[in-house]
Amino acid sequence: MDEAIDTTLTVNGAQVTRRIPARMNLVDFLRDELGLTGSHVGCEHGVCGACTVRVDGEIVRGCLMLAVQANGCKVETIEGLSDSGELAALQKAFHERNALQCGFCTPGMLLAARDLLKHNPKPDREQIRAHISGNYCRCTGYQAIVDAIEDATRTEVVDGQG
Amino acid sequence: MKAASFAYAKPRALAEALELIARPGAKVLAGGQSLIPSLNMRLSSPELLVDINGLDELKGIRFDKDVVRIGALTTHADIERSDVVKKHLPLLAEAVPHIAHPAIRNRGTIGGSLALADPAAEYPACVLALDATIVATGKEGSRKIKAPEFFKSLFETDLKPGELLTAVEFKAQKKDERSAFVELARRHGDYAIVGLAAFAGNGTKRLAYFGAADRAVLAPNAAKAKDLESAKAALAKDLQPPADLYHSSETKLHLARVLLERAWTKL
Repeated sequence: MDEAIDTTLTVNGAQVTRRIPARMNLVDFLRDELGLTGSHVGCEHGVCGACTVRVDGEIVRGCLMLAVQANGCKVETIEGLSDSGELAALQKAFHERNALQCGFCTPGMLLAARDLLKHNPKPDREQIRAHISGNYCRCTGYQAIVDAIEDATRTEVVDGQG
Repeated sequence: MKAASFAYAKPRALAEALELIARPGAKVLAGGQSLIPSLNMRLSSPELLVDINGLDELKGIRFDKDVVRIGALTTHADIERSDVVKKHLPLLAEAVPHIAHPAIRNRGTIGGSLALADPAAEYPACVLALDATIVATGKEGSRKIKAPEFFKSLFETDLKPGELLTAVEFKAQKKDERSAFVELARRHGDYAIVGLAAFAGNGTKRLAYFGAADRAVLAPNAAKAKDLESAKAALAKDLQPPADLYHSSETKLHLARVLLERAWTKL
């Protein structure tokens, strides 16, 4: 029952062990302890979605999970998923459709979009909008993002990726 | 903002958890999707956080003798994907996609939502509409609480200090019973402006509103009405919704009637 706890987790395939203050959020741990600054800190209360990461295969809010809760878990961030090529089709579509401007929401948006395509490879625009409803973008007005995700569903089928 | 410091414990057994949550300044951490925001904003600063996620006996959905028992730690996502829920609790299956967003549904739990008793949350209205039973466990054992007795006031429930909500039990919906779930929100996944979980069977209706009072509430007068028009009129006797930042009490009552219209033909 300590305020700092030894925690071991796997981040993007590499095992790390750190002594973590109980109050530290997962996203702060990833950014400040591991230097993985691709996951962003926006609202810090679960509204904006900029801190979205994957824990044991499912997307979560990095600001609504304590880092100590990830003990024994497999965490994947935008850095790992980008390097593995898993997001390649989506990244290409976002680029081509101009689906980002400042880029702050983009890592979270890509993880939410990938999560949708994993569960539903052929979503309609309404389903795309519902699935990214928890991710704020203050630049694009979402139209281009929905276009890009829709494009990615086609290229993923053609390329046989993902 | 960042949370204030707290001690953290992750018990592996229910007895150990019950001992820990009885300590002064202790708070239960279930899915954390409401607690952690309030920690981050320093609206809450417990001395000890008791993380119950190691208690596997509180997870999962069981169907036995016409009762669906959902463990407190079952996530919204688990409920959303459950075939048992789709088949036997269609109201719940209809409600879950309205709860927040996918990333939050992956962590948030039914027990956490019920124990928090947010007046604008979906589950409390569902358990009222389905006349479910809440199971609370303390050092002296478990007791069962009928849904209408469980919600006491704004964020207040019948749970006693040192008690843990461990499960919720629903009667499986029968073939001749019907239900409907409707809610109005500005953005998909936001807390409802007003919402309605409705059930009809055996000649009676139960209409449970959320976002319309200090807690989820039944509308007994509207439920007794013979037709839609008299039900809409009777709703004024059941609801006096408090105004929020954007909606007056009159607007909320009007919207509650709109939802009743939308649900009525399904009942």
